[in-house]
Amino acid sequence: MKNNKNISGAEAVIKSLIKENVDLVFGYPGGAIMPVYDEFFKFQDKVHHVLTRHEQGAVHAAQGYARSSGRVGVAITTSGPGATNLVTGIADAQIDSTPIVCITGQVSAHLLGSDAFQETDIIGISMPVTKWSYQITKASEVPVAIAKAFYIAKSGRPGPVLIDITKNAQFEMFDFNYKKCIGIRSYSPIPKIDKNKILDAAKLINAAKKPLIVWGQGVIIANAEKEFKSFVEKSGIPAAWTILGASALPTSHELNVGMVGMHGNYGPNILTNQCDLLIAIGMRFDDRVTGDTNSYAKQAKIIHLEIDPVEIDKNIKVDVPVLGDCKESLAMLSKNIKTKSYKNWLKIFDDLMKKEFNKVIKNDLSPKKKGLTMGESIIAINKLTKGKAIIVSDVGQHQMVACRYANFIESRSNITSGGLGTMGFALPAAIGAKMGAPKREVVAVIGDGGYQMTIQELGTIFQHKLPVKIVILNNDFLGMVRQWQEMFFDKRYASTEMVNPDFVSIAKAYFLDSEKVENRSDLEPAVKRMVESKKPYVLEICVEKEDNVFPMIPSGASVSDIRLE
Amino acid sequence: MEKKTLFTVSIYTENNVGLLNRISAIFLKRHINIESFTTSECEIENVFRFIILVEMTHSGINKVVKQIEKQVDVIKAFYHTDEETIFQETALYKVKSNSLFEEREIQKFIKKSNARIITVNPEFFVIEKTGFRNETDKLYNDLAPYGLLQFTRSGRIAVTKSKMGISEILNTFKNQKKK
Repeated sequence: MKNNKNISGAEAVIKSLIKENVDLVFGYPGGAIMPVYDEFFKFQDKVHHVLTRHEQGAVHAAQGYARSSGRVGVAITTSGPGATNLVTGIADAQIDSTPIVCITGQVSAHLLGSDAFQETDIIGISMPVTKWSYQITKASEVPVAIAKAFYIAKSGRPGPVLIDITKNAQFEMFDFNYKKCIGIRSYSPIPKIDKNKILDAAKLINAAKKPLIVWGQGVIIANAEKEFKSFVEKSGIPAAWTILGASALPTSHELNVGMVGMHGNYGPNILTNQCDLLIAIGMRFDDRVTGDTNSYAKQAKIIHLEIDPVEIDKNIKVDVPVLGDCKESLAMLSKNIKTKSYKNWLKIFDDLMKKEFNKVIKNDLSPKKKGLTMGESIIAINKLTKGKAIIVSDVGQHQMVACRYANFIESRSNITSGGLGTMGFALPAAIGAKMGAPKREVVAVIGDGGYQMTIQELGTIFQHKLPVKIVILNNDFLGMVRQWQEMFFDKRYASTEMVNPDFVSIAKAYFLDSEKVENRSDLEPAVKRMVESKKPYVLEICVEKEDNVFPMIPSGASVSDIRLE
Repeated sequence: MEKKTLFTVSIYTENNVGLLNRISAIFLKRHINIESFTTSECEIENVFRFIILVEMTHSGINKVVKQIEKQVDVIKAFYHTDEETIFQETALYKVKSNSLFEEREIQKFIKKSNARIITVNPEFFVIEKTGFRNETDKLYNDLAPYGLLQFTRSGRIAVTKSKMGISEILNTFKNQKKK
């Protein structure tokens, strides 16, 4: 192309993004990235730039976009504080394996190390929480580095990549030539599947009497929902999910036995310590899932389908590791297993679910007390969105309740900060999720604490007219911490009570439709108005102040010591 | 408790600024102390080799080396015990010149330890000793009473008895790309 001769590094950044099929970025301008922003202006018909109200909002939005669309999210900011404000989101993307590319401006190369205005060593700061990072100091490095960035972010186990571009490299002129990255010699993202391991795994599965599947986000990342469903159905094995695995198999599927982990369902947690075979798929045995590892599934043989070799034997020693892309390994495994069903074994799950229903769920969903519960709020959202919405939850009690009671039909319907537990994630992530899946309803479910950490993104929603639905489950407390204080610190509520502003007024000040619900009879009509609105909507639901989330595995206890009250 | 052993970690990497940080961060994050650290270009052009000495449990080193190998710019990482490697370190001892002539013992130590004098001038002379750590330690202890102006020791350098096969990995990649 003739017009690729003698172009600036900044123009090359945009052209490289276009070559990677990027048509949307989230960001915030500033001194060291201005040449690139000037090109955004020129290329605005090709690349849409969403101006967030804080750089943290930009990176969470990029994460939300990546999670709902399966594409790489892009966040772009200036140097110094612009760059450091990305760090929380980068760490979140790293631990939740979210493909994002962050581009930061940097002071000119000749000023590096001189403590220049807004200079910060973002490469050094972000290194432990990025999959890869690179500092560009010459324009000619732009296409190569960006091509590598997208390849690395997306391939294998995805993750965040940071590209830092010095200002001189943005101004420098060169001849642009883009080649997509198709491989890096020091990097093999997808391990080859060992057929013997498939056979070993199939043998264990065929011989099992009480097997249990626990799946994670790996199934979604690998786009392996179909292969996974076939595997579950052919094997007849009850399947439980981690919080990030939610929605890969519909909630109502007869073999879906619920969520594992600290606030997961009673049955799958208890029966983890009774199954004779545990098949872990695309999950990493996080401590919130395993509880005490010394008493986790000790009686069972364990098969682990996993793409990342570091996860094998990291937290839990496994008997048969099956390395590789689970889209392939699940299909291979399905071919080698017998069609079976486990009626008696499934009945135990059912019985335990009944117990949980009577002790916990009934009171959550059809409470006898006056105050509203988080559970019934989620059920109202389920009902009125017909289970089709993407639920973006923040962190805390409402998150656990949302994951427990949301009814998922489609995959990629549950977006939440799992590994890092980043309060403030949901509002900006919902922006990205909506833009990544514009045809789907997106409902952000947020607590009153987390909401105020990134509340400024209401401005982004207003400016860009994004029809995101926001539900604040307000208990005037940092509820999860308060619950721990109640249970483990003799009710000493140290700094967990929140004196909150009028959230409806705040939303209205941003010109957003908003209302507040305090009574049960108003709940469904209000949720209905929110869902039927074509515009962004903020619904504050005032819930019982001191409700607790159960079941619960106390920190450090075994999964089988899960408590119902 | 699982027993701790001294492991020599060998890491083959691309020539990338910042990789040093990435690798050291893996140890830092797990609060593991590094005993010694050496890096240089290896037998393949533009491929660097890190040699890191750490005392760890077997299961611990296995996890850490997998984390290192996971880094995009790391070609391959290995860990070996002392029995599986051939290793050496080098030490330099700077001593006042007059003690070389006045203290006859010093000359004896140099001869006995197979060390050599690499420079002499009117003020000081420098002894170089290559060997195992206990040998450089012994010479240090011998010389210390006579006053050491400076003492420094390199990290461990090591080659393994078994093959590493780095060229093979790189060639496989090249051939795949051609296809």
